[in-house]
Amino acid sequence: MIGGKAAESDWIAWMKAGIAGDAAAYERLLAALAPFIRSVARSRASAWGFGSADVEDVVQETLLAIHLKRGTWDEGQPVGRWAAAIARNKIIDALRRRGRRIHVPIDDFAETLPTEPEDEGLRPDEASRLISVLKGKQHAVVKAISIDGKEIRETAKDLDMSEGAVRVALHRGLSALADAYRSFRK
Amino acid sequence: MRTEDLIRTIALDADAPRKRLLPAVAAAVALAAVFAGFATWTLLGARPPVDPAFAAIRYPLKFVITGSFVASAGLLVMRLARPGARLGAARIALIGAVVVFAITVVVELAVTPSALWWSRTVGRNALLCLACVPIISAVPLAVILIALRRGAPNSPGALGAAAGLLAGAVGATFYAMHCPDDSPLFLAVWYSLAVALMTVIGSAAGARMLRW
Repeated sequence: MIGGKAAESDWIAWMKAGIAGDAAAYERLLAALAPFIRSVARSRASAWGFGSADVEDVVQETLLAIHLKRGTWDEGQPVGRWAAAIARNKIIDALRRRGRRIHVPIDDFAETLPTEPEDEGLRPDEASRLISVLKGKQHAVVKAISIDGKEIRETAKDLDMSEGAVRVALHRGLSALADAYRSFRK
Repeated sequence: MRTEDLIRTIALDADAPRKRLLPAVAAAVALAAVFAGFATWTLLGARPPVDPAFAAIRYPLKFVITGSFVASAGLLVMRLARPGARLGAARIALIGAVVVFAITVVVELAVTPSALWWSRTVGRNALLCLACVPIISAVPLAVILIALRRGAPNSPGALGAAAGLLAGAVGATFYAMHCPDDSPLFLAVWYSLAVALMTVIGSAAGARMLRW
């Protein structure tokens, strides 16, 4: 079982550190949540003909939403339940994109969730295509950091931007990616 | 993009300002109260003279009723805007507000001769109430909905409805300061209708504005 008490106390600690600006703790949190979200998505997905690429899209869209909506997390609230609720919303969105209207009861996957972390390799998913919707500096910055694996400072040097400008472009780029996912619904 | 690359990318954005929900909603409600107070004062001015004996208990009671709806709708909004939050306390608070309201109506019926029920229900200015509460509540609803764009509701329509109830209750609280009709029977019909209208408007607006 994932998301038990031990994991939950780690998640809360990492979430608080992440909110305080600790990128390493935040990365640990997101990396721990990814298989949890994947199992939440997968437990629903098979019934609706979702392949693993679709599941991974939901995982990525959920991670973006977790980041951009972290202001809705209350310190007294379990991170797992909060993240699972976001995942549920994104699964429903993904299903709606395919023209299905269904009801996914949230409590079904709030508690016991078996998980077998799987390797998610390179694949041409929505998010890679979506990077191409970004324009100008946002595109350059998000591509440099995500695809080319660069750090903020390196990116700033390569693109002849200040680090502050890189951070702003990164944040706006991530918001634009989330918007692009959302507009996919239509 | 591989998920692990996305995770690393997001993590580098950790220190971006977090758009916190609670302070935004609290500020929106405060701003809503300022707007509602200003609108009430400029549109309607001071309260017309009333019978002091009749108003003695009923006037403050109006604020107990509208205030309990402001509080419970505020709680409901915060719960509905947060993914995975349980409604629990908010649902109980809202039911409590309805029960208190219902008790005041029953007591009013009990202490009022039945010949007067109709005149107290119709009151002096029902149409003014029906028109003014939504007018006073309009800007508050807009302000609250804008703050709630920071939220992540399971159901944008339901959150919008709760926002409409909250804005309507704020508007009704300020309208009540001017309104010369103090009978709970009047509130039960006209205030309720006006606030229900705001709830419907809020639901429709929320379904469009609060998707994320």
